[in-house]
Amino acid sequence: MSKVKLATVWLDGCSGCHMSLLDMDEQLIALAERIELVYGPLVDFKEFPEWVDVTLVEGAVSSEEDLKKIRTIRAHTKVLVSMGDCAVTGNVPSMRELFPLKDVLHRVYDENATLDQQVPQLEVPKLERHVRPVHEVVTVDVFLPGCPPPAQQIVQVVTELLEGRVPELAEARFGA
Amino acid sequence: MPKLTIEPVTRIEGHAKITLIQDEHGEVSDAHFHVTQVRGFEKICEGRPFTEMPALMARICGICPVSHLIASAKACDALLAVRIPEAAEKLRRIMHLAQFVQSHALSFFHLSSPDLLLGMDADPAKRNILGVLAANPAMARDGIRLRKFGQEIIELLGGKRIHPGWIVPGGVSEPLTVERRDKILLDLPEAKEIAQRTLKWFKGTMEKYRPEIRTFANFPSLFMALANPQGALALYKGWMRFIDADGNIVADHIDGSDYMHYIGEAVQPDSYLKSTYFKPMGYPEGMYRVGPLARLNMCKHVGTPLADEEFAEYRELQRNTVWSSFYYHYARLIELLFAVERIELLLNDSEILSKHVRAFAGPNNFEGVGGAEAPRGTLLHHYKIDEDGLITSANLVIATGHNNMAINKGVLQVAKHFVKGTKIEEGMLNRVEAVVRAFDPCLSCSTHAAGQMALQIELVNRDGELIDRIRRN
Repeated sequence: MSKVKLATVWLDGCSGCHMSLLDMDEQLIALAERIELVYGPLVDFKEFPEWVDVTLVEGAVSSEEDLKKIRTIRAHTKVLVSMGDCAVTGNVPSMRELFPLKDVLHRVYDENATLDQQVPQLEVPKLERHVRPVHEVVTVDVFLPGCPPPAQQIVQVVTELLEGRVPELAEARFGA
Repeated sequence: MPKLTIEPVTRIEGHAKITLIQDEHGEVSDAHFHVTQVRGFEKICEGRPFTEMPALMARICGICPVSHLIASAKACDALLAVRIPEAAEKLRRIMHLAQFVQSHALSFFHLSSPDLLLGMDADPAKRNILGVLAANPAMARDGIRLRKFGQEIIELLGGKRIHPGWIVPGGVSEPLTVERRDKILLDLPEAKEIAQRTLKWFKGTMEKYRPEIRTFANFPSLFMALANPQGALALYKGWMRFIDADGNIVADHIDGSDYMHYIGEAVQPDSYLKSTYFKPMGYPEGMYRVGPLARLNMCKHVGTPLADEEFAEYRELQRNTVWSSFYYHYARLIELLFAVERIELLLNDSEILSKHVRAFAGPNNFEGVGGAEAPRGTLLHHYKIDEDGLITSANLVIATGHNNMAINKGVLQVAKHFVKGTKIEEGMLNRVEAVVRAFDPCLSCSTHAAGQMALQIELVNRDGELIDRIRRN
């Protein structure tokens, strides 16, 4: 039996959802028998593959680069999972919307700097005016809330998908 | 003109790309490390009650949330103007050390061991933790178990593994129970064995990495870390100290609240990550390094028996101070062993089960600074509040920012050595990434942003023309 191709992606989040994924501890060893990790922060592939069975997305869509990336991912993924509150609601990254973007950048790169104060604009992706949850940009198949979602729920989602079933997340909750 | 891109930089904790500039002879003459996302925590906290800060600031980083919880809670302790109960400080220390265990284990096993076990030139398809699992299941299991040991302590103390709300202004929210203490003590011997076994393995492989040791950000620089009166490794508490490349003290007894007189933050037009510098020497001369390498350069002894034995051997590497950033891995493993030993000592402390774990007060100061060593280096949170206790401004100085200039310089050093002509080889590409990994930069922390773990390397000539761009597939 060929292995299921799994990708993980980190947009604008804190990496906590990826850490929760690793919190499955030894269950990772059994899972490794059934999946092939084809893209993501933990592996060395540089390009999103032509076709992926399941992609777990952590983080909100905040920059032009996030936007481009998530559209590519959607086009090459069968089942897209919004993993964690930032992907599902925008959560902490979207808190910057309470202020004009220029004020946020002014605080970081003018007020809280002592030399060469300026907003970086070369080589760095432009921030979007609005921080959006993933499903506002592309179609999402499974939602897994939590900050972060507990490891067991991530395991449950992945195993159900491996079995070809749609995960039912009775225990899932936001925050906490 | 030529330009080379590595995209994304993988197995690092953040989102970055690198540009290499070549001169007319094809030699690399400059390197720029660009960090490509920002979230603005220093602004988004504005107008919120300071009591929310630890839980909010923890969300800066899912890898080292406990460091942010601690720096934030200490800044809040300063706002309350309280001295927290001794048991609370000891409990915070245990969680802090547990985080060093899990974060150092992640850095070493999950992110860097593929390079060290499988080799810098190994097949990139296998060069990851699952590849380690296939090649050396015992080692991968050790990494998983050790990280689990740290994460479980955090959960037993704080109720959850990532972003626990347990560290609060004035102390911690719940005391430790006997059952939970005993559970940790039961798992402790295995963690200690793994830490020792891994150190032994690492020392045995170092010989293979002479070229990397020579070229991985191996240069003189200042170092900065916390120091304490015992001259031991200071992680939770201490004053800031700067030493020079020969180990001489250049600034000492710096209280956290005076950081702005010693640390400047420079902005580069091409990175969301600011570069901090030692202010009295200016930019860029005031480049310094932080983290495990700096901390072990700073202390006279580590402070626990097994780690001290390892430390004595480590200090034989070089007189006065150790320069090669390849040895960040080595220093990290010694700190890991120290953390396990120190957790054991603290758990056996007679006060550790005390029910008195929190001091209560309203805001008494309008400004507070809190600091601690995070796994990657010194971390500072600085808050200002109004009379209602609402945040009016915040500044966060983060470990990876301190190392930013040294990472840039390290990338240049590796690229000069391994990049020849206009063609970039796979092994060179991975070495450029590996020097970045040695610093274990946490880019979610450093720009208070997390992005895809992307490193793009572009090789351009003096006119900015793209020479080469390598992709791994």
